[in-house]
Amino acid sequence: MDVLRITTSGSVDDGKSTLIGRLLFDTKSITQDKMEALTAASKRKGLDFTDLSLLTDGLIAEREQGITIDVAHIYFSTPNRKYIIADTPGHFEYTRNMVTGASTAQVSLILIDARKGIVEQTYRHFFIACMLRIPHLVVCINKMDLVDYDETRYNQITEDFQQLLKGSFYEGKEVSIVPMSSLYGENVVTSTEKISWYKGLPLLDYLEKIAFDDEDRQHPARFPVQYVIRPKNEQYHDFRGFAGKVASGSLHVGEEIVSLHNGQRSKIKSIEKFEQQLSAAHAGDSVVITLEDEIDISRGNLLATPDRVPEGRKEIIAQICWMDQQKLSPGKTYLLQHGANRIKAKVQQILGVTEVTTNRTEEKTDMGLNDIGRITLKTAQPVFADAYAINPANGTFILVDEFSNATVAVGFVE
Amino acid sequence: MSSIQWQFPRALEDEAIYILRETAAQFEKPAILFSGGKDSITLVRLAQKAFHPGKIPFPLLHVDTGHNFPETIQFRDWLVETLGLELIVRNVQDSINQGKVKEETGKYASRNALQTVTLLDAIEELKFDACIGGARRDEEKARAKERIFSVRDEFGQWNAKIQRPELFDHLNGKINIGENVRVFPISNWTELDVWNYIREENLAIPSIYFSHEREIIERDGMYWPYSEYLNTTEEEVPFRTKVRFRTVGDMTCTAAVLSEADKLEDIITEILAAKISERGARIDDKRSEAAMEKRKQAGYF
Repeated sequence: MDVLRITTSGSVDDGKSTLIGRLLFDTKSITQDKMEALTAASKRKGLDFTDLSLLTDGLIAEREQGITIDVAHIYFSTPNRKYIIADTPGHFEYTRNMVTGASTAQVSLILIDARKGIVEQTYRHFFIACMLRIPHLVVCINKMDLVDYDETRYNQITEDFQQLLKGSFYEGKEVSIVPMSSLYGENVVTSTEKISWYKGLPLLDYLEKIAFDDEDRQHPARFPVQYVIRPKNEQYHDFRGFAGKVASGSLHVGEEIVSLHNGQRSKIKSIEKFEQQLSAAHAGDSVVITLEDEIDISRGNLLATPDRVPEGRKEIIAQICWMDQQKLSPGKTYLLQHGANRIKAKVQQILGVTEVTTNRTEEKTDMGLNDIGRITLKTAQPVFADAYAINPANGTFILVDEFSNATVAVGFVE
Repeated sequence: MSSIQWQFPRALEDEAIYILRETAAQFEKPAILFSGGKDSITLVRLAQKAFHPGKIPFPLLHVDTGHNFPETIQFRDWLVETLGLELIVRNVQDSINQGKVKEETGKYASRNALQTVTLLDAIEELKFDACIGGARRDEEKARAKERIFSVRDEFGQWNAKIQRPELFDHLNGKINIGENVRVFPISNWTELDVWNYIREENLAIPSIYFSHEREIIERDGMYWPYSEYLNTTEEEVPFRTKVRFRTVGDMTCTAAVLSEADKLEDIITEILAAKISERGARIDDKRSEAAMEKRKQAGYF
């Protein structure tokens, strides 16, 4: 059984919570007691309908203010696969949360209110989906009931969206634009008479059909060493295993590997997963590998097959999203965390900050919370990253503030 | 629906193992918070897998309220013995004796909230900088907002508003002295995932998860296990019937469900058909809509 990770984003009041509630209902993933608690809470708030947003707004402050302030994770399953939704707030100031929710997603689900069409927030979501190169994009044109299920209205919005796709990461890719009413459950899980002019699949059917994402497997092998296992007991006296999760590509027993930080080479002697001996490990697998030779490897080192290795660079250009209240100050030292490696890094220059709703780049001397821009970084040791556009699994990093310890930025290597 | 054989999504195991290895690497003294329930049993299995053929590099910490099901304690000791693990036990009774907490009174008295103090004291005494817990985001809405590496301040408090963003699989466990992190490797698992994992891995679990005959009382529409720790009124007369527990907490805050399920397959079928959520059987959660968030702010795991 596989897992499909989805990120949802929308603007205020476009019915995102209702859509998620609908997915949970119609797949029987919400229990009666949770439903009753929801009904009671809605009544207390003086509402005459069941407010499904209360299901995802988990914090006291959120319920008080009727807003979502953080990423919530929601789960449902069909017999076919498990779904994880990272639901991110629709308020304009929360780019940071949207990027966070989108970072693990294979599908980006963008909601549009059929009455309003494309709004400022849509551009922001679309920009983030493109920046993160999320493999699948689904556009939900919601609240079709409020425009009398009008096909012309749907076509209008679809045309506008096609304009947006031009020249973007998604040009030429399959992008589904699904008309629906999540309030009445039309075209979410089941198709409906009222939107019979729409010949595509309802949302859930579309999600069920998305092929398992094995893009990471197609890229060159990257294995960041997380932990060295040395049991030092009688049975495993000389055992020295390197534990990690294969970031991309595949590793095979007998294959030559190179440890990138010192260029030493060896052959893979075994690949183990608990008591199982494997002949190969693929992107996503948490395994332990042992090598034929005793070479110097420790946590933070990156192992790769020698054919296509990333260059070790001490100067990096990256697109970053700034995520801290405290502004980015050029010249300040941060810790760059890439794979299992933490290296001191200094921000040299801000090359430009992009206004995500217009896609326009300006010159700026600082970057604040939710800003997205390009910077140059200088690092104390070489970083063996791939360009994000070429091998995403080895192309991102975070910046950590040395003093507050906060995660202040996420970066995408160019 | 029940006839479908649901599988465990293996990607979740790879993710949990990755998190456990990051924990071992990024912290000096982690511990697994072990309750004897199915989620912490799952954690132990994952830790075994993460470090094989080495030993699990952390001890188990059990905060014993003194109101545990005897079956859970027996199971705990058996597991520790069989797997050769290190177990550290700290007792809520000691915190009561030291005057740090006060026993609750009345018919709803429970030691559930008291254990936070014992836990925080144990963390300070034993200098744990990371405590690995089996909490899952699907359990409760405040938990749905929890990070995988969740930073707690010197007083063990959770501040939901200043959580660190977690992107891709970069986990930031950097903390200042005195702070600690709660680690949740099975954040993305659901109750069903845990059961399917237990079934596929053939893991042993305490007998109270399976149908058995027990003395219970009925209160507020729920079936409470009758024990010396439960304050009952005269009208509450215990009777024997077949039940099982869906979640294992204290005897004073865990309700039973009427059930004939005595095999894992039957339990899974029952969960699939259930109308009540897992924590619906947790009396401690019923105290208010924000019961969990308030306890988490105070340092509860």
